[in-house]
Amino acid sequence: MKERDRTPLAASGRSQRTSIPTASFSPSLTKSSPTIPLLLPEFGASAILDSRLPTLWYFSFWTFACHSEIMSPQKRSKDTGVIEVRFVGDAEVLDHIVDKQEGVKVSKDLVQKLVLDLPRPEQKQGVEEDEDVFDERDYVEALGTGAEEGAGTGGAAVFTFQSIKRSNKMAQMASALARTPGKSVTFSTSDEVTSPPRASKRLDSQNKTPQKGKKVQFVSTTPHRLRKRLSAPNLKSDSDSELSPSNSEEEDDDDDGAEEKPVTSDATPKKPSTSAAAALYRTPAKKTKKAPEPNLVEEYFEAHSSSKVLTSDRTLQRLQTPRLDQETLCRLLDSSPSCYSDEIGQLNKDHEKHFSKWMLQLQFGFSVLLYGLGSKKRLLESFRTSMLSDSVHMVINGFFPSMTLKSILNSITGEVLDHSGNFRTPMDQMDFIVEAMREDPDFHVYLIIHNIDGPMLRAENTQQTLGHLASIPNMHLVASIDHINAPLVWDQPIMSLFNWLWYETTTYLPYVEETSYENSLLVQQSGALALSSLTHVLRSLTPNARGIFRLLAEFQLEKKDNPTYTGLSFQDFYQRCREAFLVNSDITLRTQLTEFRDHKLISTKKGADGVEYLLIPVDAGTLSDFLQKDEAE
Amino acid sequence: MTTSSISKGCFVFKPSTKKKKRTSDAEDYFINGSEDCENSKQRFRLCQKLWENMKSETESVQDDLNKKILDSLLEFARKSAYSFMSREEDWASHMRASEIPVAALVLGVNLTDHNMTLQSLSDRLQQSVTPFVVSIQAKEGTAVKYLLQKVLQRLTGVSMDKDEEEASTDLPQKRAHCSLSSLCDWYMTVCKDPSGISPGKKRSSSEMNFSANPPIIIIFKDLEAFSPRVLQAFILICSQYTQQLPLLFIFGIATSPSTIQHMLPHSVTSLLCIKLFHSSSCSKHLATVIEKLVLTPHFPFKPSGKVLQVLVGLFLYHDFSVHNFIKGLQLALLEHFYSQPLSVLCCKKQDAVVRAQQLSHQEVEKIRQLPSFMRFVEEQEPREQVELLTNDERVKEVCQKLLKGLRRYHKNFLPILRCLHVLTSSLPKYPLGKQIRELHVTCLETNVWETEEYESALQLLRILAKDDLLTDLQRCVEILRPGKTKELRDAHKQLQDLTDRFQQLDASTDHSAPDGHVEFRVDDRFSGNGLQKKTDLFQLQKTLLQMKESHRTKKRSPFELLRNETIAYFDSLVKMHLTRPESQPLYEVCYCTSSGTLRHHLNATPRTSIQMALTHPYCYLQNEALRSETGAISSAAPDVCIMYKLHLECGRLINLYDWLEAYSTVVTAAEGDDPDPSEKGKVDEIRHARFIRAVSELEFLGFLKSTKQKTDHVARLTWGGC
Repeated sequence: MKERDRTPLAASGRSQRTSIPTASFSPSLTKSSPTIPLLLPEFGASAILDSRLPTLWYFSFWTFACHSEIMSPQKRSKDTGVIEVRFVGDAEVLDHIVDKQEGVKVSKDLVQKLVLDLPRPEQKQGVEEDEDVFDERDYVEALGTGAEEGAGTGGAAVFTFQSIKRSNKMAQMASALARTPGKSVTFSTSDEVTSPPRASKRLDSQNKTPQKGKKVQFVSTTPHRLRKRLSAPNLKSDSDSELSPSNSEEEDDDDDGAEEKPVTSDATPKKPSTSAAAALYRTPAKKTKKAPEPNLVEEYFEAHSSSKVLTSDRTLQRLQTPRLDQETLCRLLDSSPSCYSDEIGQLNKDHEKHFSKWMLQLQFGFSVLLYGLGSKKRLLESFRTSMLSDSVHMVINGFFPSMTLKSILNSITGEVLDHSGNFRTPMDQMDFIVEAMREDPDFHVYLIIHNIDGPMLRAENTQQTLGHLASIPNMHLVASIDHINAPLVWDQPIMSLFNWLWYETTTYLPYVEETSYENSLLVQQSGALALSSLTHVLRSLTPNARGIFRLLAEFQLEKKDNPTYTGLSFQDFYQRCREAFLVNSDITLRTQLTEFRDHKLISTKKGADGVEYLLIPVDAGTLSDFLQKDEAE
Repeated sequence: MTTSSISKGCFVFKPSTKKKKRTSDAEDYFINGSEDCENSKQRFRLCQKLWENMKSETESVQDDLNKKILDSLLEFARKSAYSFMSREEDWASHMRASEIPVAALVLGVNLTDHNMTLQSLSDRLQQSVTPFVVSIQAKEGTAVKYLLQKVLQRLTGVSMDKDEEEASTDLPQKRAHCSLSSLCDWYMTVCKDPSGISPGKKRSSSEMNFSANPPIIIIFKDLEAFSPRVLQAFILICSQYTQQLPLLFIFGIATSPSTIQHMLPHSVTSLLCIKLFHSSSCSKHLATVIEKLVLTPHFPFKPSGKVLQVLVGLFLYHDFSVHNFIKGLQLALLEHFYSQPLSVLCCKKQDAVVRAQQLSHQEVEKIRQLPSFMRFVEEQEPREQVELLTNDERVKEVCQKLLKGLRRYHKNFLPILRCLHVLTSSLPKYPLGKQIRELHVTCLETNVWETEEYESALQLLRILAKDDLLTDLQRCVEILRPGKTKELRDAHKQLQDLTDRFQQLDASTDHSAPDGHVEFRVDDRFSGNGLQKKTDLFQLQKTLLQMKESHRTKKRSPFELLRNETIAYFDSLVKMHLTRPESQPLYEVCYCTSSGTLRHHLNATPRTSIQMALTHPYCYLQNEALRSETGAISSAAPDVCIMYKLHLECGRLINLYDWLEAYSTVVTAAEGDDPDPSEKGKVDEIRHARFIRAVSELEFLGFLKSTKQKTDHVARLTWGGC
């Protein structure tokens, strides 16, 4: 920021340099090099007052389509891969600035824009290292051949860097989305923080900005935070008690349009006002922080280093029904109609046409791998019933939480090959399978693995063993993947063992079964199972033991608001238990605790002072539920 | 469903025994997809036969390529075995004797091809040097104990399991005390009684060649992956037994020989006597494979330029694996025969002609619909056109002719391509590419003479020195010599003639006006007026060329005349024979053009696909409600899409409550309900359930994970937004 203040040009507000466009050219732009090849007049409020400057440059950044990964599937518009510079006349500029609706959209600050643009060049270097060696053009051409469909999602859209996010972006996004079908809906949060008032306020204050004239112009050249600070004092605040202190991060407009409608580099008149309003939320901590230079390096680190969590403190407890249990969930989901079932059905029918081709390719030693959004379980199931009913086959649920390689191999040797015997190592077992399959080349076995990228199958040697299975000539493999990073589990040798043929099968079907296992869901319902296991185990205990557990649970509930609570120390606990006449010696207590530990009812941790601390690894809600239930009994 | 359970993850299905007897094979599945059964059957047979031929061809290529290096390796193995036996008493051989001979085989980074090479190596060794060859992979040798076990098991297993059945039952107990000393004992007994192993060997004839003390060869397939400590220990142990056991190691190295130094300390490497071998580079391998499979008239199946580009691109930019390249070619072959009904004609000339005669009416109709055939028809006279469109017999006749024509085209195309490559591959900056595959792709894609590169190549050829031109010409003559078609014979004769004339020229006169002189004068003139006006490089080049041209026209030596004549002749040859295949009628029969499918199957982009489905559901679900301008997403989109879009607006952590609120706002609006602002904190249960489902789906896809950093928050796993 100091740098900026010193540069005379920046202060003049006339031909101010924007680093936005250059950012895309040279990621290594540092603060010591304020001279930027492209001089861009940036129009702020003064552009209206004093239109000496004839032109405004628009820079639109189209993503650099760089990796083949990014230019794949069907139906995409073509990527330009070049920077588009548009010439815009005076009138349009004025229009643009005066038009409020548009203006709101445009009031993008430099910081934000920089971060948005940041990914492109960097990513190019990161992802495409080998292109330095090879001719990039050839590469893209070679792998892009057959991409007649064109490509729309650029790599930048898929592989982006983290950017600074504002707190209630999502809310604004939501209201923007809600508006799209033609209905105007304002987003109503439970509290005062709503975007519409803010937006209107912004519009109001916009009217007064022109008076600020030069000053505003100057301000707009400085980095975002600084601007906020400069204009902060003379604006009144609106309070937002609900936000955690760190979320004072100034919000911005939805960057809904950011990708298809490139953000112009002109700082609009509204900017000071919005930032001013936001500046009031700022924490003291933030104030002491040095406002960053608008250069890429620092922006990058700012976006990545923020240890502060910029979210509100609201929790699900505010809901009337904070948690749904599994049964209600299933019931509700079953009752809710699935949308677009016709289209989805059509999509699946299209995939089913490939079945005999899959079988053919399986015979030729390839393995079929399905990817794409949506559960592929049903598709594979219909493949299984329609094509494989006459042959020996095996279905493996890779998403099954306790799936192991051993169970797969055991099923093959035990059930498929009818071998009753144990093996010392998986390797011996593999050798046996390979041998057995080789002896009978007419015996074909089909493996269907749902989610070969399942959490339990990700280990390298598991994949290697599966690859060896797939490479047996009369063992055929059809598998599916869902995780976005699934291909990372295979390196080249393993890939060639599998000999994959990839099929895109986007089904849009919900992952009902895949996500049905308890631990794959989020907090919403983790209580149910824990609670029932708690009650079940405790029911079988002696009243004294139950009392001991109660004591610990109550103590933990008391301390639930204390974030530093690490558990009850053993000595304390013993004291309490003695007082309640639950135990008579610490040996008894220890025996009891061992039993708890065996049932995973408690966990112990050694503190820094070497004392043992006891904790019930269940969240407060479940615990209080449990206590209530216990009392009722 | 029968395959879901909360206690079990594997389900085996066995058909009832009576059903089991008839399992359909590949042919049935091939036929399954098409209507014409007979046609498909033929196609399938053709496809299979062709693939078998291609496979055997690649295998022989592989063998030839490795022959040299394998031979030298074999020689090395034999020598070391010999030196073990000879045991001379001098100091040098004593020193030698305590070292383990090691062949470090640098194989390159294409790990997937290593298996082939090492397999053929071990086969050869077993055939000609020693029966005791063991291959060890890194994953088998995680500890010295296991490594020793594997070595012993494989060595002794090889010779014992055929001797006596109980030997294998012995093994488990034996394993308990696996050590090199037991190996020594075993080796002694085997060597004393060589007949003990010979009955088990199938190749009893080659058995005779084994020396009295055949070496024990241990192949470390992937040296880099071994744990250095295990390897060090193993080598140290082995070095103690060099007197009793003729050990020899082969290291398969993917990176560079210096890995040995990195992995092993000096104290260990000093026990080894390392000799370095380099396998042929993978690009050379690829070139040979392309030469044998693609640039040959033997195989009627041809990949199109785009297909080749995809496959070569995968090779160059992803894996360097020839193995995968061949797999890709196989896929292209399969795809071509599966999807193109007329590929039934894609076979040897005689067969094709016979088949063309037997075409059914449907097939004739298909021929008529081929774009290339339609073009051909349009070029005919009106009467002929009518005939071709109505009379099946006529089509069949023409078809035979065209197939022959296509065959001749290929026969001419390839030698001329090679000639052009010979001429242009040595030009500075390689305007038409260094490798013949590049030139080939260009010729398949476009009419090569229309390209700028060809133009500049010709320019360069026109100033080629005489010696170069003459050698190139002679090579071309060699290439064209075996040509059987009339055109090729003509060309051969013509070129031979030109070569002779060059040689005569040499004998008779020495030409004047060397090029250097010309350039000098041009420079002179340029500097005269160059100062006055600005000249850019393009201009300069143009003027220079013009000057040269004008200079040439003024006075030409006989050599220059002849050179121009030669180049012009080549130009005419190129224009006559190197037309792009698309211009040939019926080219669809032979050329596989489905490069897009190929690329989707081999080089898929799963993440893009998922992201595409999330951000642009309209691409997949053609429902007008989903249509929206790029970047935006309709609020009527599936839940996951909306949730995805919303989560993009968040930073590292996402507040579930806010997310739920936002989601509910969108969905409420989409469903047309009026949001009731007074009902704070209330979310419709169904919406809540859908929200939960969407969150867990996003988690399942890897966009989120739960976190304990803050209550009711989830962490994002991807970066950025927009």
